[in-house]
Amino acid sequence: MRAVPTLAGGFPDISEMTVARQVHWQRWLAAAAILVVLAAIGRAFVNGQIEWTYVSRFLTAKVILEGITNTMVMAVLAMALGIVLGVVVAIMRLSSNPVLTSVAAGYTWLFRGTPLILQLLLWFNLALVFPTIGIPGLWSVRAVDVMTPFLSALLGLGINQGAYTSEVMRAGMLSVDVGQYEAAQAIGMGRLRALRRIILPQAMRVVIPPLGNEFIGMVKATSLASVIQYPELLHNAENIYYANSRVIELLIVAGSWYLLVVSILTPLQMLLERRFARGALQITR
Amino acid sequence: MTQPLVAIRSVSKNFGEFQALDRVSLDVWTGEVLCLIGASGSGKTTLLRCINQLTPVDSGGIWLDGELLGVREEGGQLHRLTERQIARQRLKTGMVFQRFNLFPHKTALENITEGPVQVQGRKPEEARAEAMELLARVGLAAKANAYPSQLSGGQQQRVAIARALAMKPMLMLFDEPTSALDPELVGEVLTVMKELARSGMTMMVVTHELGFAREVADTVVYMDHGAIVESGPAAEVLGRPREVRTQSFLSAVI
Repeated sequence: MRAVPTLAGGFPDISEMTVARQVHWQRWLAAAAILVVLAAIGRAFVNGQIEWTYVSRFLTAKVILEGITNTMVMAVLAMALGIVLGVVVAIMRLSSNPVLTSVAAGYTWLFRGTPLILQLLLWFNLALVFPTIGIPGLWSVRAVDVMTPFLSALLGLGINQGAYTSEVMRAGMLSVDVGQYEAAQAIGMGRLRALRRIILPQAMRVVIPPLGNEFIGMVKATSLASVIQYPELLHNAENIYYANSRVIELLIVAGSWYLLVVSILTPLQMLLERRFARGALQITR
Repeated sequence: MTQPLVAIRSVSKNFGEFQALDRVSLDVWTGEVLCLIGASGSGKTTLLRCINQLTPVDSGGIWLDGELLGVREEGGQLHRLTERQIARQRLKTGMVFQRFNLFPHKTALENITEGPVQVQGRKPEEARAEAMELLARVGLAAKANAYPSQLSGGQQQRVAIARALAMKPMLMLFDEPTSALDPELVGEVLTVMKELARSGMTMMVVTHELGFAREVADTVVYMDHGAIVESGPAAEVLGRPREVRTQSFLSAVI
Protein backbone atom coordinates (compact mmCIF):
# COMPACT_ATOMS: atom_id res chain seq x y z
CA MET A 1 0.00 0.00 0.00
CA ARG A 2 1.27 3.45 -0.93
CA ALA A 3 1.34 6.06 1.82
CA VAL A 4 -0.28 9.15 0.31
CA PRO A 5 -1.29 12.32 2.15
CA THR A 6 -5.03 12.67 2.86
CA LEU A 7 -6.43 15.63 0.87
CA ALA A 8 -9.27 18.02 1.67
CA GLY A 9 -12.15 18.28 -0.88
CA GLY A 10 -13.43 21.37 -2.72
CA PHE A 11 -10.43 21.92 -5.06
CA PRO A 12 -11.26 20.96 -8.70
CA ASP A 13 -8.69 19.17 -10.87
CA ILE A 14 -7.36 21.76 -13.37
CA SER A 15 -4.22 19.86 -14.38
CA GLU A 16 -5.61 19.12 -17.90
CA MET A 17 -6.66 22.70 -18.73
CA THR A 18 -4.57 25.04 -20.91
CA VAL A 19 -3.98 28.77 -20.47
CA ALA A 20 -5.94 30.84 -23.07
CA ARG A 21 -3.95 33.08 -25.40
CA GLN A 22 -4.06 36.74 -24.31
CA VAL A 23 -4.84 39.53 -26.79
CA HIS A 24 -2.37 42.39 -26.24
CA TRP A 25 -4.37 45.15 -27.96
CA GLN A 26 -2.32 47.86 -26.16
CA ARG A 27 0.84 46.58 -27.87
CA TRP A 28 -0.76 46.79 -31.32
CA LEU A 29 -1.96 50.30 -30.58
CA ALA A 30 1.45 51.44 -29.39
CA ALA A 31 3.19 49.88 -32.40
CA ALA A 32 0.79 51.62 -34.78
CA ALA A 33 1.37 55.00 -33.11
CA ILE A 34 5.13 54.60 -33.34
CA LEU A 35 4.94 53.63 -37.01
CA VAL A 36 2.97 56.77 -37.78
CA VAL A 37 5.57 58.94 -36.02
CA LEU A 38 8.45 57.18 -37.80
CA ALA A 39 6.71 57.59 -41.17
CA ALA A 40 6.27 61.31 -40.52
CA ILE A 41 9.95 61.72 -39.65
CA GLY A 42 10.98 59.69 -42.70
CA ARG A 43 8.76 61.80 -44.97
CA ALA A 44 10.23 64.98 -43.53
CA PHE A 45 13.74 63.82 -44.39
CA VAL A 46 12.79 62.72 -47.90
CA ASN A 47 11.12 66.06 -48.62
CA GLY A 48 13.73 68.08 -46.70
CA GLN A 49 16.64 69.80 -48.35
CA ILE A 50 19.00 66.81 -48.37
CA GLU A 51 20.75 65.74 -51.52
CA TRP A 52 20.92 61.98 -50.93
CA THR A 53 23.13 61.54 -53.97
CA TYR A 54 25.84 63.49 -52.12
CA VAL A 55 25.49 61.18 -49.13
CA SER A 56 26.02 58.04 -51.21
CA ARG A 57 28.79 59.65 -53.25
CA PHE A 58 30.83 60.73 -50.20
CA LEU A 59 30.11 57.66 -48.08
CA THR A 60 33.09 55.87 -49.65
CA ALA A 61 35.16 58.90 -50.68
CA LYS A 62 38.89 58.49 -50.11
CA VAL A 63 39.10 61.32 -47.57
CA ILE A 64 36.21 59.87 -45.56
CA LEU A 65 37.75 56.38 -45.58
CA GLU A 66 41.06 57.86 -44.42
CA GLY A 67 39.13 59.69 -41.74
CA ILE A 68 37.45 56.57 -40.35
CA THR A 69 40.81 54.74 -40.46
CA ASN A 70 42.46 57.52 -38.46
CA THR A 71 39.52 57.52 -36.06
CA MET A 72 39.88 53.80 -35.41
CA VAL A 73 43.68 53.93 -35.11
CA MET A 74 43.39 56.74 -32.58
CA ALA A 75 40.54 55.05 -30.65
CA VAL A 76 42.46 51.77 -30.34
CA LEU A 77 45.78 53.38 -29.36
CA ALA A 78 44.25 55.84 -26.90
CA MET A 79 42.14 53.09 -25.34
CA ALA A 80 45.23 50.87 -25.00
CA LEU A 81 47.06 53.74 -23.27
CA GLY A 82 43.98 54.33 -21.12
CA ILE A 83 43.78 50.69 -20.05
CA VAL A 84 47.49 50.47 -19.19
CA LEU A 85 47.25 53.69 -17.16
CA GLY A 86 43.95 52.56 -15.65
CA VAL A 87 45.37 49.24 -14.40
CA VAL A 88 48.49 50.89 -12.96
CA VAL A 89 46.51 53.67 -11.27
CA ALA A 90 43.91 51.22 -9.89
CA ILE A 91 46.70 49.10 -8.37
CA MET A 92 48.27 52.25 -6.90
CA ARG A 93 44.89 53.32 -5.54
CA LEU A 94 44.41 50.00 -3.77
CA SER A 95 47.94 49.80 -2.34
CA SER A 96 48.74 50.42 1.30
CA ASN A 97 51.32 53.09 0.42
CA PRO A 98 49.74 56.52 1.18
CA VAL A 99 51.97 58.28 -1.38
CA LEU A 100 50.80 56.00 -4.19
CA THR A 101 47.13 56.25 -3.19
CA SER A 102 47.20 60.05 -3.13
CA VAL A 103 49.04 60.29 -6.47
CA ALA A 104 46.43 57.97 -7.97
CA ALA A 105 43.52 59.91 -6.45
CA GLY A 106 45.05 63.20 -7.61
CA TYR A 107 45.45 61.94 -11.18
CA THR A 108 41.82 60.81 -11.33
CA TRP A 109 40.64 64.07 -9.80
CA LEU A 110 42.58 66.24 -12.26
CA PHE A 111 41.81 64.45 -15.51
CA ARG A 112 38.21 63.62 -14.72
CA GLY A 113 37.59 67.10 -13.40
CA THR A 114 38.40 69.08 -16.55
CA PRO A 115 36.75 68.92 -19.99
CA LEU A 116 38.39 66.59 -22.48
CA ILE A 117 38.38 69.24 -25.21
CA LEU A 118 40.28 71.58 -22.88
CA GLN A 119 42.89 68.88 -22.20
CA LEU A 120 43.31 68.29 -25.94
CA LEU A 121 43.86 72.00 -26.54
CA LEU A 122 46.39 72.14 -23.68
CA TRP A 123 48.47 69.26 -25.08
CA PHE A 124 48.33 70.72 -28.58
CA ASN A 125 49.45 74.13 -27.32
CA LEU A 126 52.10 72.80 -24.97
CA ALA A 127 54.73 74.68 -26.99
CA LEU A 128 53.33 77.95 -25.62
CA VAL A 129 54.38 76.84 -22.12
CA PHE A 130 57.49 74.83 -22.87
CA PRO A 131 59.13 75.94 -26.14
CA THR A 132 61.59 73.05 -25.89
CA ILE A 133 61.27 69.61 -24.29
CA GLY A 134 64.23 67.49 -23.17
CA ILE A 135 66.89 66.88 -20.56
CA PRO A 136 68.79 70.13 -19.90
CA GLY A 137 72.28 70.02 -21.44
CA LEU A 138 71.85 66.59 -22.96
CA TRP A 139 69.08 66.58 -25.50
CA SER A 140 66.19 68.78 -26.45
CA VAL A 141 63.61 69.22 -29.20
CA ARG A 142 61.20 71.97 -30.11
CA ALA A 143 57.79 71.29 -28.59
CA VAL A 144 55.97 72.32 -31.79
CA ASP A 145 57.75 69.51 -33.65
CA VAL A 146 56.86 66.89 -31.04
CA MET A 147 53.31 67.91 -30.24
CA THR A 148 51.81 66.94 -33.56
CA PRO A 149 48.03 66.62 -33.78
CA PHE A 150 48.50 62.84 -33.59
CA LEU A 151 50.57 62.83 -30.39
CA SER A 152 48.48 65.55 -28.75
CA ALA A 153 45.29 63.61 -29.47
CA LEU A 154 46.82 60.35 -28.25
CA LEU A 155 48.05 61.86 -24.97
CA GLY A 156 44.89 63.88 -24.41
CA LEU A 157 42.46 61.04 -25.10
CA GLY A 158 44.58 58.27 -23.52
CA ILE A 159 45.43 60.05 -20.28
CA ASN A 160 41.86 61.21 -19.85
CA GLN A 161 40.61 57.68 -20.54
CA GLY A 162 43.06 56.32 -17.96
CA ALA A 163 41.36 58.36 -15.24
CA TYR A 164 37.99 56.77 -16.02
CA THR A 165 39.38 53.29 -16.67
CA SER A 166 41.19 53.26 -13.33
CA GLU A 167 37.86 53.49 -11.55
CA VAL A 168 36.39 50.71 -13.69
CA MET A 169 39.44 48.54 -12.94
CA ARG A 170 39.29 49.34 -9.25
CA ALA A 171 35.65 48.28 -9.16
CA GLY A 172 36.59 45.05 -10.93
CA MET A 173 39.37 44.25 -8.47
CA LEU A 174 37.15 45.04 -5.49
CA SER A 175 34.55 42.64 -6.87
CA VAL A 176 36.93 39.70 -6.47
CA ASP A 177 36.46 37.93 -3.13
CA VAL A 178 39.19 38.67 -0.59
CA GLY A 179 39.51 34.89 -0.08
CA GLN A 180 41.02 34.67 -3.57
CA TYR A 181 43.83 36.98 -2.53
CA GLU A 182 44.37 34.98 0.67
CA ALA A 183 44.44 31.71 -1.25
CA ALA A 184 47.05 33.19 -3.59
CA GLN A 185 49.12 34.33 -0.61
CA ALA A 186 48.76 30.92 1.00
CA ILE A 187 50.50 29.30 -1.97
CA GLY A 188 53.35 31.78 -1.58
CA MET A 189 52.42 34.46 -4.10
CA GLY A 190 53.47 38.05 -3.58
CA ARG A 191 51.07 40.95 -4.08
CA LEU A 192 51.87 41.70 -7.71
CA ARG A 193 51.90 38.07 -8.84
CA ALA A 194 48.57 37.48 -7.07
CA LEU A 195 47.14 40.51 -8.87
CA ARG A 196 48.40 39.39 -12.27
CA ARG A 197 47.62 35.67 -12.05
CA ILE A 198 44.56 35.52 -9.80
CA ILE A 199 42.81 38.86 -9.23
CA LEU A 200 43.00 40.63 -12.63
CA PRO A 201 41.80 37.65 -14.74
CA GLN A 202 38.72 37.43 -12.50
CA ALA A 203 38.24 41.20 -12.48
CA MET A 204 38.26 41.20 -16.31
CA ARG A 205 34.94 39.37 -16.35
CA VAL A 206 33.29 42.19 -14.44
CA VAL A 207 35.18 44.92 -16.21
CA ILE A 208 34.55 44.09 -19.88
CA PRO A 209 30.96 45.38 -20.16
CA PRO A 210 31.86 48.84 -18.75
CA LEU A 211 35.11 48.86 -20.76
CA GLY A 212 33.11 48.13 -23.92
CA ASN A 213 31.01 51.12 -23.00
CA GLU A 214 34.14 53.22 -22.53
CA PHE A 215 35.57 52.11 -25.88
CA ILE A 216 32.37 53.06 -27.71
CA GLY A 217 32.63 56.41 -25.96
CA MET A 218 36.26 56.67 -27.08
CA VAL A 219 35.41 56.05 -30.77
CA LYS A 220 33.09 59.04 -30.65
CA ALA A 221 35.34 61.14 -28.40
CA THR A 222 38.07 61.05 -31.08
CA SER A 223 35.86 63.50 -33.00
CA LEU A 224 36.91 66.13 -30.45
CA ALA A 225 40.43 65.83 -31.84
CA SER A 226 39.09 67.65 -34.93
CA VAL A 227 39.69 70.89 -33.00
CA ILE A 228 43.43 70.19 -32.96
CA GLN A 229 43.58 69.31 -36.66
CA TYR A 230 43.87 65.54 -36.26
CA PRO A 231 42.50 64.21 -39.57
CA GLU A 232 39.86 61.90 -38.13
CA LEU A 233 36.41 61.25 -39.59
CA LEU A 234 34.56 64.37 -38.44
CA HIS A 235 37.50 66.65 -39.24
CA ASN A 236 37.68 65.33 -42.82
CA ALA A 237 33.91 65.55 -43.26
CA GLU A 238 34.04 69.15 -42.11
CA ASN A 239 36.84 69.93 -44.57
CA ILE A 240 34.64 68.64 -47.39
CA TYR A 241 31.59 70.67 -46.42
CA TYR A 242 33.69 73.80 -45.98
CA ALA A 243 34.42 73.38 -49.69
CA ASN A 244 31.03 72.25 -51.05
CA SER A 245 28.61 73.54 -48.36
CA ARG A 246 26.80 70.16 -48.17
CA VAL A 247 26.83 70.32 -44.36
CA ILE A 248 23.99 67.96 -43.48
CA GLU A 249 24.91 65.42 -46.17
CA LEU A 250 28.49 65.14 -44.88
CA LEU A 251 27.34 64.96 -41.27
CA ILE A 252 25.03 62.09 -42.24
CA VAL A 253 28.01 60.37 -43.92
CA ALA A 254 30.12 60.72 -40.76
CA GLY A 255 27.24 59.68 -38.52
CA SER A 256 26.62 56.53 -40.58
CA TRP A 257 30.24 55.48 -40.21
CA TYR A 258 30.24 55.99 -36.43
CA LEU A 259 27.01 54.00 -36.20
CA LEU A 260 28.45 51.18 -38.34
CA VAL A 261 31.63 50.92 -36.26
CA VAL A 262 29.72 50.85 -32.98
CA SER A 263 27.36 48.19 -34.39
CA ILE A 264 30.36 45.98 -35.20
CA LEU A 265 31.91 46.50 -31.78
CA THR A 266 28.95 45.09 -29.84
CA PRO A 267 29.27 41.46 -31.07
CA LEU A 268 33.07 41.70 -30.67
CA GLN A 269 32.55 42.56 -27.02
CA MET A 270 30.37 39.48 -26.58
CA LEU A 271 33.16 37.28 -27.94
CA LEU A 272 35.59 38.83 -25.46
CA GLU A 273 33.14 38.34 -22.59
CA ARG A 274 32.82 34.68 -23.42
CA ARG A 275 36.62 34.33 -23.37
CA PHE A 276 36.89 35.72 -19.85
CA ALA A 277 33.84 33.87 -18.53
CA ARG A 278 35.94 30.69 -18.31
CA GLY A 279 34.78 28.67 -15.33
CA ALA A 280 31.91 31.01 -14.53
CA LEU A 281 29.15 30.01 -16.94
CA GLN A 282 29.90 26.31 -17.03
CA ILE A 283 26.83 25.31 -15.05
CA THR A 284 24.31 27.36 -17.01
CA ARG A 285 25.71 26.40 -20.40
CA MET B 1 62.36 14.87 19.73
CA THR B 2 64.41 17.97 20.13
CA GLN B 3 62.16 20.90 19.38
CA PRO B 4 58.54 21.37 18.36
CA LEU B 5 57.72 22.11 14.71
CA VAL B 6 55.52 25.00 15.82
CA ALA B 7 56.23 26.93 18.99
CA ILE B 8 53.69 29.61 19.85
CA ARG B 9 54.75 31.87 22.70
CA SER B 10 52.49 34.40 24.38
CA VAL B 11 50.78 35.50 21.17
CA SER B 12 48.17 38.26 21.41
CA LYS B 13 46.01 39.80 18.71
CA ASN B 14 43.41 42.54 18.91
CA PHE B 15 40.93 43.65 16.29
CA GLY B 16 40.12 47.11 17.58
CA GLU B 17 38.53 46.62 20.99
CA PHE B 18 38.04 42.90 20.45
CA GLN B 19 40.77 40.68 21.86
CA ALA B 20 40.99 37.72 19.51
CA LEU B 21 44.05 36.10 21.09
CA ASP B 22 45.19 36.59 24.68
CA ARG B 23 48.76 35.43 25.36
CA VAL B 24 48.39 32.04 23.70
CA SER B 25 51.26 29.56 24.02
CA LEU B 26 51.28 26.15 22.39
CA ASP B 27 53.62 23.52 20.94
CA VAL B 28 52.91 21.35 17.92
CA TRP B 29 55.26 18.44 17.27
CA THR B 30 56.15 16.89 13.95
CA GLY B 31 53.58 14.27 12.98
CA GLU B 32 51.05 15.51 15.51
CA VAL B 33 47.40 16.05 14.60
CA LEU B 34 46.01 18.84 16.72
CA CYS B 35 42.36 19.86 16.72
CA LEU B 36 41.28 23.29 17.92
CA ILE B 37 37.74 23.41 19.23
CA GLY B 38 35.65 26.14 20.80
CA ALA B 39 32.74 28.49 20.17
CA SER B 40 32.91 30.92 17.24
CA GLY B 41 34.86 34.02 18.18
CA SER B 42 37.07 32.06 20.57
CA GLY B 43 40.21 32.74 18.51
CA LYS B 44 40.79 29.32 16.87
CA THR B 45 40.74 30.65 13.32
CA THR B 46 42.81 33.71 14.22
CA LEU B 47 45.49 31.48 15.71
CA LEU B 48 45.63 29.46 12.51
CA ARG B 49 45.80 32.60 10.36
CA CYS B 50 48.63 33.92 12.51
CA ILE B 51 50.66 30.79 11.80
CA ASN B 52 50.62 31.36 8.05
CA GLN B 53 50.73 35.13 8.54
CA LEU B 54 47.48 36.05 6.81
CA THR B 55 46.97 37.90 10.09
CA PRO B 56 50.06 39.50 11.69
CA VAL B 57 50.40 39.04 15.46
CA ASP B 58 50.38 42.08 17.77
CA SER B 59 52.80 40.65 20.31
CA GLY B 60 54.50 37.40 21.13
CA GLY B 61 56.16 35.10 18.65
CA ILE B 62 55.58 32.01 16.55
CA TRP B 63 58.51 29.81 15.54
CA LEU B 64 58.01 27.38 12.68
CA ASP B 65 60.73 24.81 12.11
CA GLY B 66 62.99 26.89 14.37
CA GLU B 67 62.44 30.10 12.39
CA LEU B 68 60.72 33.15 13.91
CA LEU B 69 57.80 34.18 11.70
CA GLY B 70 57.16 37.66 10.32
CA VAL B 71 59.85 39.49 12.25
CA ARG B 72 63.61 39.39 12.79
CA GLU B 73 65.30 40.02 16.13
CA GLU B 74 68.21 42.43 16.02
CA GLY B 75 69.73 44.61 18.71
CA GLY B 76 66.97 43.92 21.20
CA GLN B 77 64.31 45.06 18.70
CA LEU B 78 62.00 43.34 16.27
CA HIS B 79 62.07 44.29 12.59
CA ARG B 80 59.33 43.33 10.17
CA LEU B 81 60.35 41.00 7.35
CA THR B 82 59.77 42.02 3.75
CA GLU B 83 56.77 40.74 1.84
CA ARG B 84 59.06 38.44 -0.13
CA GLN B 85 60.55 36.91 3.02
CA ILE B 86 57.09 36.36 4.47
CA ALA B 87 55.92 34.71 1.24
CA ARG B 88 58.92 32.35 1.48
CA GLN B 89 58.07 31.47 5.09
CA ARG B 90 54.46 30.77 4.08
CA LEU B 91 55.61 28.00 1.76
CA LYS B 92 56.25 25.82 4.81
CA THR B 93 52.53 25.79 5.60
CA GLY B 94 49.57 24.69 3.50
CA MET B 95 46.22 26.31 4.19
CA VAL B 96 42.74 24.91 3.58
CA PHE B 97 39.97 27.48 3.88
CA GLN B 98 36.42 27.16 5.11
CA ARG B 99 35.07 28.43 1.78
CA PHE B 100 37.60 26.48 -0.35
CA ASN B 101 38.78 29.62 -2.23
CA LEU B 102 39.65 27.71 -5.38
CA PHE B 103 40.55 29.92 -8.33
CA PRO B 104 37.29 29.87 -10.36
CA HIS B 105 38.98 30.72 -13.68
CA LYS B 106 41.28 27.71 -13.50
CA THR B 107 40.54 24.00 -13.76
CA ALA B 108 41.12 21.65 -10.82
CA LEU B 109 44.48 20.66 -12.32
CA GLU B 110 45.51 24.29 -12.97
CA ASN B 111 44.54 25.22 -9.41
CA ILE B 112 47.00 22.63 -8.14
CA THR B 113 49.87 23.39 -10.53
CA GLU B 114 49.62 27.18 -10.15
CA GLY B 115 51.77 27.35 -7.01
CA PRO B 116 54.46 24.83 -7.97
CA VAL B 117 54.92 26.34 -11.46
CA GLN B 118 54.46 30.05 -10.76
CA VAL B 119 55.97 30.32 -7.29
CA GLN B 120 58.41 27.43 -6.99
CA GLY B 121 59.44 27.55 -10.63
CA ARG B 122 58.90 23.83 -11.19
CA LYS B 123 58.66 22.38 -14.70
CA PRO B 124 55.02 22.38 -15.90
CA GLU B 125 55.05 18.70 -17.01
CA GLU B 126 56.52 17.62 -13.71
CA ALA B 127 54.02 19.70 -11.73
CA ARG B 128 51.14 18.31 -13.81
CA ALA B 129 52.22 14.72 -13.18
CA GLU B 130 52.42 15.35 -9.44
CA ALA B 131 49.09 17.17 -9.48
CA MET B 132 47.49 14.16 -11.16
CA GLU B 133 48.89 11.93 -8.41
CA LEU B 134 47.46 14.27 -5.78
CA LEU B 135 44.08 14.34 -7.53
CA ALA B 136 44.08 10.54 -7.53
CA ARG B 137 44.95 10.60 -3.85
CA VAL B 138 41.88 12.74 -3.05
CA GLY B 139 39.78 10.59 -5.40
CA LEU B 140 39.26 13.16 -8.15
CA ALA B 141 41.51 12.00 -10.99
CA ALA B 142 38.49 12.11 -13.32
CA LYS B 143 37.82 15.77 -12.52
CA ALA B 144 41.22 17.18 -13.51
CA ASN B 145 39.77 19.41 -16.24
CA ALA B 146 36.63 20.48 -14.41
CA TYR B 147 36.24 24.08 -13.27
CA PRO B 148 35.39 24.66 -9.60
CA SER B 149 31.83 25.68 -10.53
CA GLN B 150 31.32 22.18 -11.96
CA LEU B 151 32.34 20.49 -8.71
CA SER B 152 30.36 19.90 -5.53
CA GLY B 153 31.48 21.58 -2.32
CA GLY B 154 33.09 18.38 -1.08
CA GLN B 155 34.97 17.92 -4.35
CA GLN B 156 36.12 21.56 -4.30
CA GLN B 157 37.46 21.16 -0.78
CA ARG B 158 39.35 18.00 -1.78
CA VAL B 159 40.93 19.90 -4.70
CA ALA B 160 41.83 22.66 -2.25
CA ILE B 161 43.58 20.10 -0.03
CA ALA B 162 45.49 18.81 -3.07
CA ARG B 163 46.43 22.38 -3.99
CA ALA B 164 47.90 22.95 -0.54
CA LEU B 165 49.74 19.60 -0.58
CA ALA B 166 51.29 20.39 -3.97
CA MET B 167 53.56 22.94 -2.28
CA LYS B 168 54.98 20.14 -0.11
CA PRO B 169 54.33 21.91 3.20
CA MET B 170 55.67 20.73 6.57
CA LEU B 171 52.43 21.72 8.28
CA MET B 172 48.85 21.67 7.05
CA LEU B 173 46.38 24.17 8.47
CA PHE B 174 42.64 23.48 8.14
CA ASP B 175 40.24 26.31 8.94
CA GLU B 176 36.83 24.69 9.53
CA PRO B 177 37.20 22.66 6.33
CA THR B 178 33.74 21.09 6.52
CA SER B 179 31.57 23.89 7.97
CA ALA B 180 30.51 25.22 4.56
CA LEU B 181 29.53 21.78 3.27
CA ASP B 182 26.15 20.09 2.99
CA PRO B 183 25.96 17.33 5.64
CA GLU B 184 26.17 14.49 3.11
CA LEU B 185 29.47 15.89 1.71
CA VAL B 186 31.34 16.18 5.01
CA GLY B 187 32.36 12.53 5.09
CA GLU B 188 34.39 12.53 1.86
CA VAL B 189 36.50 15.48 3.03
CA LEU B 190 37.09 13.97 6.48
CA THR B 191 38.14 10.70 4.81
CA VAL B 192 40.84 12.52 2.85
CA MET B 193 41.99 14.29 6.02
CA LYS B 194 42.14 11.02 7.96
CA GLU B 195 44.26 9.46 5.23
CA LEU B 196 46.54 12.49 5.37
CA ALA B 197 46.84 12.19 9.14
CA ARG B 198 47.74 8.50 8.83
CA SER B 199 50.46 9.38 6.33
CA GLY B 200 52.23 11.27 9.12
CA MET B 201 51.44 14.87 8.08
CA THR B 202 51.54 17.43 10.86
CA MET B 203 48.08 19.01 10.98
CA MET B 204 46.30 21.76 12.87
CA VAL B 205 42.56 21.56 12.36
CA VAL B 206 39.97 24.06 13.50
CA THR B 207 36.80 22.00 13.57
CA HIS B 208 33.35 21.46 14.97
CA GLU B 209 33.50 17.77 14.02
CA LEU B 210 34.09 16.28 17.46
CA GLY B 211 33.80 12.76 16.06
CA PHE B 212 36.71 13.47 13.74
CA ALA B 213 38.71 15.00 16.60
CA ARG B 214 38.08 11.98 18.80
CA GLU B 215 39.11 9.55 16.08
CA VAL B 216 42.08 11.31 14.49
CA ALA B 217 43.50 13.96 16.82
CA ASP B 218 46.49 13.31 19.05
CA THR B 219 45.81 16.52 20.91
CA VAL B 220 42.66 18.55 21.36
CA VAL B 221 42.84 22.20 22.41
CA TYR B 222 39.73 23.94 23.72
CA MET B 223 39.78 27.73 23.37
CA ASP B 224 37.49 30.37 24.81
CA HIS B 225 37.73 34.18 24.62
CA GLY B 226 41.08 34.10 22.86
CA ALA B 227 42.79 31.85 25.41
CA ILE B 228 43.55 28.16 25.70
CA VAL B 229 41.32 26.73 28.44
CA GLU B 230 42.31 23.10 28.24
CA SER B 231 44.56 20.97 26.10
CA GLY B 232 45.59 17.34 26.15
CA PRO B 233 45.06 13.94 24.51
CA ALA B 234 41.79 13.80 22.59
CA ALA B 235 40.29 11.08 24.79
CA GLU B 236 40.90 13.13 27.92
CA VAL B 237 39.76 16.55 26.75
CA LEU B 238 36.69 15.19 24.95
CA GLY B 239 35.97 12.29 27.32
CA ARG B 240 36.86 13.58 30.77
CA PRO B 241 37.21 17.36 30.50
CA ARG B 242 38.65 18.89 33.65
CA GLU B 243 37.63 22.50 33.15
CA VAL B 244 34.04 23.60 33.79
CA ARG B 245 34.02 25.72 30.60
CA THR B 246 35.12 22.75 28.48
CA GLN B 247 32.42 20.60 30.07
CA SER B 248 29.67 23.11 29.37
CA PHE B 249 30.89 23.64 25.75
CA LEU B 250 30.95 19.91 25.09
CA SER B 251 27.53 19.32 26.64
CA ALA B 252 26.14 22.17 24.54
CA VAL B 253 27.43 20.84 21.19
CA ILE B 254 26.77 17.12 21.66
